[in-house]
Amino acid sequence: MAKRKFLIPDVDKRLLIKDAVKVMPDLTRRRFITAGASLGALTLLTGCDVIDSDGAEEVLKKVSKFNDAVQSWMFNPNALAPTFPASAITKPFPFNAYYGLDDAPEIEAKDWKLEVRGLVDNKKSWTLDELYRLPQVNQITRHICVEGWSAIGSWTGTPLRDFLKLIGADTRAKYVWFQCADKDGYNSPLDMASALHPQTQMTFKFGDEILPRAYGFPMKIRVPTKLGFKNPKYVVSMEVTNEYKGGYWEDQGYNSFSGS
Amino acid sequence: MSTLAATDDHAMRAPSKVVQPAWVRAMHWTNAVAMIMMIMSGWQIYNASPLFGFTFSRSITLGGWLGGALLWHFAAMWLLMLNGLAYLVTGFATGRFRRKLFPITPTGVIADLKAALSFKLAHDDLTTYNYVQKLLYAGIIVVGVVIVLSGLSIWKPVQLQYLTALFGGYDVARYVHFVCMALICLFLVVHIALALLVPKSLRAMIIGR
Repeated sequence: MAKRKFLIPDVDKRLLIKDAVKVMPDLTRRRFITAGASLGALTLLTGCDVIDSDGAEEVLKKVSKFNDAVQSWMFNPNALAPTFPASAITKPFPFNAYYGLDDAPEIEAKDWKLEVRGLVDNKKSWTLDELYRLPQVNQITRHICVEGWSAIGSWTGTPLRDFLKLIGADTRAKYVWFQCADKDGYNSPLDMASALHPQTQMTFKFGDEILPRAYGFPMKIRVPTKLGFKNPKYVVSMEVTNEYKGGYWEDQGYNSFSGS
Repeated sequence: MSTLAATDDHAMRAPSKVVQPAWVRAMHWTNAVAMIMMIMSGWQIYNASPLFGFTFSRSITLGGWLGGALLWHFAAMWLLMLNGLAYLVTGFATGRFRRKLFPITPTGVIADLKAALSFKLAHDDLTTYNYVQKLLYAGIIVVGVVIVLSGLSIWKPVQLQYLTALFGGYDVARYVHFVCMALICLFLVVHIALALLVPKSLRAMIIGR
């Protein structure tokens, strides 16, 4: 409470935010909170003014970084996510995004290309037909959402590590960074160890059917060792990089590693 | 005469009995803080995907939204786990658990429960737990262990998949985690009510005697 800053002379920023938040509809409020005021405003909303909000935010961010390191250390590249029989598939498998299904990207297969950038030998873009010709495998695994719910799906596609090899990616790089066609520009970084995991997949089909729009047509990245938000849909580009470029949810405070 | 006076004097100067050693007090209050942060942030996390037909009011949750609550939960978990682990090790190593919590006999529990419910249970000697206390304190330690293990199996259902399987899978582990939280909340209600009814027990947990 010691260092109060005043944006407008004599107007307490915190009280201003508090009042502003009160008049916002719930959804706007959440987006507002996620946008950057984040934990400072959160402590206001929870009424925990006893904790210095800036200090708490810094500590929590540091612990989250520490948790990234712990999870990276815990990650066993050979441990496979449990697989299930076809009878266990959740029907219908839920559509989930920060927008409604009507707002999901509608991508024309013939117009779409996967762009490849960064630390790779071959930066050529890939058409869907070219990608469909790569060897595919199937997995029936549990998708676990950061919200807590889970659903079992059947995913068919090309192991990402095979594709990375094919394009001559530098697998000593730290991340593969994906960009997507979702509105507001979804993106997400994937650590290289997880990208090379045998079950990490460039998914083109749900079961035997071409990946429907709801699940990320034309391509999603299925990472059964990560929470759902680290499984980007409607992917348009991948970049092999040593730079941490952030992600749509990661930047708002979800733990970046988010391994399961 | 002089010998009597000397004895009295000696008795007066002898330090009164330590009920709660310093390590117990430090770990008790650390646990209290960690537990409250875990429960309040846990309620906010629960709200993102409720297991039952209700949610927790935002006024009693911590974190403001799912992302904030997860940051709190996964920070406070270290405090809870490290403190809890130190407590278990010290409790066994010093023999405190064996001395204070065991044995627990069914007849003893029933007799003390009857006495407690008719408000006839004495608390003259705070260093000795009655059977109801023994059962509750030993029980809540077990619940504490289970809530941490079920939490770990929800956090890491791939890396710790054998632990998750032990709980009957990811979805069941969520219910186990919730039930343990509910049991801890019930314990808290009784625990705090009794501490207020017998204030010297609260004093002992603060200043030791």
